[in-house]
Amino acid sequence: MLRRMWTIFVARNKEFYRDRASFGWSILFPFLVIIGFSFLFDQDRQAMYKVGLIGPSAQPERAARSPQYDDFRKTRFVEFVEFASADEALPKLLHHRIDMLVDPGAGEYWVSRSSPRGYVVEKLLSSSGSGSAQFKKREVEGIEIPYVEWMFPGILGMNMMFSALFGVGYVVVRYRKNGALKRLSVTPLSPFEFLTAQIISRMVILIATTSFVYAGCALMYRFECRGSYAALVFVFALGGFSMVALGLLIAARSASEEFAGGVLNILTWPMMFLSEVWFSLEGAKPWVKGLAKIFPLTHMVDCTRRIMNDGTPLSQMLPQVAVLAGSAVLFLALGSVLFQWQKK
Amino acid sequence: MNILEVNGLVKHFPEVKAVDGVSFSIPAGSCFGLLGPNGAGKTTTIEVIEGIQKRTSGDILYKGARRGPSFRQEVGIQLQNTELPQFLTVRETLNFYRNLYDRRADLSWLIEICRLEEIMDRDNWKISGGQKQRLLLAIALANDPDLVFLDEPTTGLDPQARRHLWEIVRQIRIQGKTVVLTTHYMEEAQILCETIAIMDHGKIITMGEPEDLLAQYARGSTVVLRGLARDDALSGLQCSWDRLEDRVEIRTENVNECLRELIRNDVDLTAMTIRSQNLEDLFLMLTGHSLRG
Ligand SMILES: Nc1ncnc2c1ncn2[C@@H]1O[C@H](COP(=O)(O)OP(=O)(O)OP(=O)(O)O)[C@@H](O)[C@H]1O
Ligand SMILES: [Mg+2]
Repeated sequence: MLRRMWTIFVARNKEFYRDRASFGWSILFPFLVIIGFSFLFDQDRQAMYKVGLIGPSAQPERAARSPQYDDFRKTRFVEFVEFASADEALPKLLHHRIDMLVDPGAGEYWVSRSSPRGYVVEKLLSSSGSGSAQFKKREVEGIEIPYVEWMFPGILGMNMMFSALFGVGYVVVRYRKNGALKRLSVTPLSPFEFLTAQIISRMVILIATTSFVYAGCALMYRFECRGSYAALVFVFALGGFSMVALGLLIAARSASEEFAGGVLNILTWPMMFLSEVWFSLEGAKPWVKGLAKIFPLTHMVDCTRRIMNDGTPLSQMLPQVAVLAGSAVLFLALGSVLFQWQKK
Repeated sequence: MNILEVNGLVKHFPEVKAVDGVSFSIPAGSCFGLLGPNGAGKTTTIEVIEGIQKRTSGDILYKGARRGPSFRQEVGIQLQNTELPQFLTVRETLNFYRNLYDRRADLSWLIEICRLEEIMDRDNWKISGGQKQRLLLAIALANDPDLVFLDEPTTGLDPQARRHLWEIVRQIRIQGKTVVLTTHYMEEAQILCETIAIMDHGKIITMGEPEDLLAQYARGSTVVLRGLARDDALSGLQCSWDRLEDRVEIRTENVNECLRELIRNDVDLTAMTIRSQNLEDLFLMLTGHSLRG
C-alpha cells in the first residue's frame, strides 16, 4: 500500500515540475503580484495622503471651531476617512492604511513615527491656519507594519488557494476525462491510496513553493515575521490542506474540465475578494462579513497576518484553527465518499 | 481448467441493452477472440468482466470462484483508449504501473517482448501510435498477469505494426498466459485465437474454433461484382447475395452454376472477382451487415 501511494506521489510530483509552464507560473505569480503592488503603492503614495478622522465631530459643521482644522480640511490631495473611535482607527495607522489620525474634538493627532508620508501630513497640519491653537501630538503605541508586509500573507494565501484548488481539482478531473483514472481503477490501487497520494504531493508542492516565495520576498523586502515560524508553517499547512481537500471534493465526480473550472472560479473569486487579500472588509455589511467566514482562505489569511505582522501566538487563534481543521476534515470526508474513478 | 467462465451476462444501459445474455468459458492458456462491428457490445462485455462496469445480471467466475481481491492483482488490462501520463518517460510509465502491483513482471522481459528498447527514455507524448500500442500492451503485462484483456489492440495500426503486435501476443501465449481480445479483423482472430465468438447487438451469434466455423458456414465462394447499377438482374438468383456500399457480394457453393445464371441474366461480369469464403463472409451471412462500415 505504501509503495502504491509512493508511486502515485512520485509520478504526480514529476508531472508537476516537468510541466514547466504551470510550475514557473506558480512560483512567478506571487512575485509579480507583490512587486507590482509595492510599485503601484509607491506611485499611489506620491499622489495622495489619507488622514483618518475620529468621531461625529469629524463633520466640519460640528467640529470644534478651530481655524487650523478648517484650513487643514481644505488641503488638496488629502483624503479624509472617518472612523468611529480611536481604537478602530489606530490599527489602520499602524498598518499604513492611513497616514495620520486626527481627533478634531479632542484636538489631538497621531502619526506613524517612521513614515515619510506621516511626516509630510504632519507638516501640512501644523502649517494650517497660521498661528492659531495647535493640535497636540500623541504617541502611537504598537509596531507599524509596512503595507507590503501586510499584503504578503494574503498573496501567499491566494497563491496557495489557486495552486490547491486548480492543482488538485483540475488535475483529477482531467485524469478522469482522459481515462487515466479508469486505467488506475483496474489496478490494486484503492481510492484512499490515490487521494492520499494526491494530497501529500500537493501539500509538499504547496509548502515548497510557498517557502521559496517567502524566502525570496523576505530577502527582497527585508520582511519580518514577528510570530513563530512554526505557527506560520502550521497555519499555512492547515489552510493549504483544507483547500486541497476542497479541490478533491469538487473533483470527486466530474469529468468535465469546463464544469470543474466553472465551479472553481465561482469559489475562488469570492474567496479572493472576501478574504481581505485585496480589500479590507472594514465597514462592510454584516452578511458579507459572515459570508467571508465560511471560506478557509479568510481564516488562513487572518491567522497568518496576525502571526507575521503582530506576532500573535497560536493559542489566541484557536477558533480559526478549529474552523480550518474542521473544514479540512469535512471536505475530505465528503470528497472520499463521493469519489468515483469514472465518469457516469 | 477454465480460467474464466461467464454465464448469462447482461448489461443494460438506460437506452441500450449493450450486453444481452452472453455466456462463454475460456480454458487457461488459450486465446479467446470477441469479434463484432462497432457497438456490438465487445468493450462493455470485457469491461464488466474486468470490474470497470457493474453487471445487470449474470455470473462471472475467475479460476472457479467469484472475483476477489486477487483478481485485480492477476489480470492485465489494455483498455480501448487510455491516455498515458503526459510528463513521464516510457521507462517511468512502465515502472509506475509495475509498482502498483505486488507481483511485477521483469522489466527487461517487458522491454524485450514489446520491443521498447529504443523508446525507453522518450517522453510519452513523443511516441508514435504503434509504439504507444506496444507500450499499452507492456503496461497490461506489468504485473506478469495470468489473464490478459486486450481491447482492440491493433485498431489504427498499419499492417506491419499489426503483425508486430500479433507476434507479441504469440509470445505472451508461449508464457502460458490466457488472452482475451476484441477485434474488428477476422483475419486477426483467425490467426491468434483458438476460439472466437461473433457478437452483434449484445448477443453472441456463433462461437467456436475458426476452422470449424468456416467449415460449417463458409464452404463456398464469394463472387464480387462492382459497377452493377440495379438489383433487378439479380432478382431471380438461386444463391444469397448482399448489396454493400460499392459492390454486390454473392455467396455460393457452386460457382459454375452461379456464373451460368448471371450470364443468362445478362449481368456485366467485366469487374468480377471470385474468392473462397472467409470469416468476413461468415459474419455478413450471419448478421446481414458488414463487419467494418
Ligand atoms: N456508458 C455507457 N452508457 C450508455 N451506453 C453505452 C455506454 N457504453 C456503451 N454504450 C452503448 O452500448 C453499446 C455497446 O458498446 P460497446 O462499446 O460495448 O461496443 P463495442 O463492441 O466495443 O464497439 P466498438 O467496436 O466501436 O468498440 C453501444 O450501443 C454503446 O453506445
Ligand atoms: Mg469497443
